[in-house]
Amino acid sequence: MSSTDPSETLDRRSFLKISALVGGGLVLGFYLRSTSSLLGAEIAKPQEGTEFSPNAFIRIAPDGTVTIVSKQPEIGQGIKTSLPMIIAEELEVNWKDVKIVQGDLNPAYGNQGAGGSRSTPNNYDEFHRLGATARTMLLEAGAQTWGVPEGECFAAQSAIHHRPTGRVLGYGGLVTRASTLPVPAPSAVRLKDPKDYTLLGTRVSGVDNIKVVTGQPLFGIDTRLPGMLYAVYQKCPVFGGKVVSANIDQVKALPGVRDAFVVEGTSNLLGLVPGVAIVADSTWAAFSARKQLKVTWDEGKFAGDTWDGFAAKAAEISKGAGASTLHKKGDVVTALAGATKVLEANYTYPFISHASMEPQNCTALFKDGGFEFWAPSQNPGGGQEQVSKLFNIPKEKITVHLTRSGGGFGRRLSHDFILEAAAIAQRVPAPVKLVWTREDDMQHDHFRPGGFHFLKGGLDASGAIAGWHSHFVTFGTMSEGKEGVALRPGSGGGMDGDQFPSHFVSNCLTEQTIMECGIPMGPWRAPGNNIYSWVIQSFIDELADAAGRDPLEFRLDLLSKKMEGPYNAARMTAVVKLVAEKAAWNPKKFPRGQGQGIAFHWSHQGYIAHVAEVTVTNDGQVKVDRVVSVCDVGMQIVNRSGAENQVEGSVVDGIGTLMFPELSLDHGRFTQSNFGEYQLIRMPDAPTKIEVHFLKSEYPTTGLGEPAIPPVAPAVCNAIFAATGKRVRQFPLSRTDLRWS
Amino acid sequence: MSKYTLNVNGKSHAVEVAADTPLLWVLRDTIGLVGTKFGCGIGQCGACTIHINGVPTRACLTPVSTVGRMAVTTIEGLDAEASHPIQQAWCELDVPQCGYCQGGQIMTAAALLKSNPAPTDEDIDGAMAGNLCRCATYLRIRSGIRRAADIAAAKPNGGAK
Repeated sequence: MSSTDPSETLDRRSFLKISALVGGGLVLGFYLRSTSSLLGAEIAKPQEGTEFSPNAFIRIAPDGTVTIVSKQPEIGQGIKTSLPMIIAEELEVNWKDVKIVQGDLNPAYGNQGAGGSRSTPNNYDEFHRLGATARTMLLEAGAQTWGVPEGECFAAQSAIHHRPTGRVLGYGGLVTRASTLPVPAPSAVRLKDPKDYTLLGTRVSGVDNIKVVTGQPLFGIDTRLPGMLYAVYQKCPVFGGKVVSANIDQVKALPGVRDAFVVEGTSNLLGLVPGVAIVADSTWAAFSARKQLKVTWDEGKFAGDTWDGFAAKAAEISKGAGASTLHKKGDVVTALAGATKVLEANYTYPFISHASMEPQNCTALFKDGGFEFWAPSQNPGGGQEQVSKLFNIPKEKITVHLTRSGGGFGRRLSHDFILEAAAIAQRVPAPVKLVWTREDDMQHDHFRPGGFHFLKGGLDASGAIAGWHSHFVTFGTMSEGKEGVALRPGSGGGMDGDQFPSHFVSNCLTEQTIMECGIPMGPWRAPGNNIYSWVIQSFIDELADAAGRDPLEFRLDLLSKKMEGPYNAARMTAVVKLVAEKAAWNPKKFPRGQGQGIAFHWSHQGYIAHVAEVTVTNDGQVKVDRVVSVCDVGMQIVNRSGAENQVEGSVVDGIGTLMFPELSLDHGRFTQSNFGEYQLIRMPDAPTKIEVHFLKSEYPTTGLGEPAIPPVAPAVCNAIFAATGKRVRQFPLSRTDLRWS
Repeated sequence: MSKYTLNVNGKSHAVEVAADTPLLWVLRDTIGLVGTKFGCGIGQCGACTIHINGVPTRACLTPVSTVGRMAVTTIEGLDAEASHPIQQAWCELDVPQCGYCQGGQIMTAAALLKSNPAPTDEDIDGAMAGNLCRCATYLRIRSGIRRAADIAAAKPNGGAK
């Protein structure tokens, strides 16, 4: 693990700066240089004397108050609590004395995108060093104050202690002297031994919980500015449609309306989509005026698209070879021809929405040729860049304030709502808050693509997999890339050739064909993986059943056949064995109508397995009774409460997504528009019990926002099969008749 | 535009808004209490749950003209010190993830405990089924309500201020 050696990494890409605060505080900033692929753009060295610069992550005031900046967007993944905990651990401060503040978008913080479950692994080592460096300097300041060797001193509970005499100096009292000290060489900074951790690995309640439970303003939609106006934005319900004309003058005359105008937009389906903006004195005035808005649309070339049309096309495509080969090993045709048993199965799932509870919104102010945004964004840096490009305004003139996000799930990695707010704010001489209705949000999401998987699997005489052939028919759009404009799979709609069991089956072929559509697609919690795991782990279960083998034993055998590739089979094997033990795996003990199912998946650097137990009533109603989860996300859980919460939420999200949501494409638009027709899981359908176990391993600490969701649906569907003998090959669950007698 | 005098969290607020304005937007835009959230606008998600005369109500479906002088309680007015048993339990068990729906969850849960101080899991599921949580913190919400019931039972006045 040389690449994660702390001193090496610090030397290579980082330097520290320390300066005295005007008020005598200690500012320890940590500036990240561009050599780190993980930590983003070139960082300007801050000017001397800018002591209150937001380039600082740690501030200690003379009264002992410790302020830690949280740089990542908080979207419900708990990062505003967990990353500062790392600094606090190394700094040896009492958590209750720490104040956490949200940092705005600032190059000094490095990359501030919250995606790919990367916030923890990208910042883990650096945050340890930040805290440890500050602690080292405070220790030196204490030793100097007393004129004693540093070796006689130690840091604990926000103070430096002199071991021989028992003298104690609080951090506040050391601020002035510490501010004068040079920053120690990285080699002189010792990180804590994990066995001495007192905070990491414990359960810490979210730092904003008090504000959440008392209803204080936190979220983007809560932004209120003096003189602020309110906007709505009507887009064409058909993807790719444009405005031909609208009754603008009539709308402008409505009560409370300040302005209404057409925004031309661009042809980028994921960018600034054409539409009509209405700006009003209040949200309700804007909503009410919109009811009177009449737009004539040019619905464009996708207006005839339907789901049934795509399904028929996919079935036709499946009869031939795939347009591209993602993975090829051995000779699958011969292997299937010579197999003892061959299974064929098709797996299908619809487009779905992110449906974050806080609809997309953004508050923007255009002033003096620049923009100021208050945005619930997962990727504020990307938003700034897109605004800069589209409106031809330098990034330095674009300020982005980070607000808490009412759910992310990948939706807020996109910037469409920021671009819309910018286009509106440019026309309005006041700050303006753009709020999407739920209907806007559901009909203009950047959707999780639907898909069609055509699978063939063969078993040899020993009951092992002799051949695996998968043809994935997916959705894509014409989009810009390295080789110019081409048909590319939508985000979350392109498969990776390394997807399991690619490197575990000696005759294996994975093909892919893209069908062009006009539907904007975007990353949805564990993109691709969130649904491929269901396809793969369900079909493996089908093969195990056809071989007459126990699903657990079949999987462990398959995992033992690793040939090459980026999959750590030993980690997964340990996870699968532990989940079987914790769940007391014994599928035979369940009576008919009840069943136990298992599934595993590796994504986002996490190795996860679930065992699900279900009850299926005679009339086909499914209740998930219990889910047991084992996660290997490396050597250290940061905040145990937050980590467990992510896994529990992933389990329920995985069950909910299997059971309910579906978007139907008809004439180029989705017919569902709100929670009446588009169902999300509610409390009565949540499992009775979820048991989360973390398997501590020797690998670097990684994130938990995503990797636990992929194996949920297959574990449940495999349990349903065990209970009823019925195989679920379509989402949502209601499409499969699960009645049994 | 019409004039109304609303009684929100024990305070009188004079507002001038269109008669059909949902109370949700009067609270958020006019009075500035943003703890009551917009999620769907059709009463399906429960993020805008408030109490009107103690009864959990969807603010997004309540026109301001129907409120009169009835007592409106929002999440801000439940207990600003976060010492209501539900709020205590929520912090103790670290219930929220994103937190957006939690104001509505808490208002529904507080009303449940008032009418049923010792709810069964079935009672909890039934009472809370109208409140969506996209982060899917349902198991912690269940535990939170059970814990709040215990906290309230241990207080001489049932946790009410």
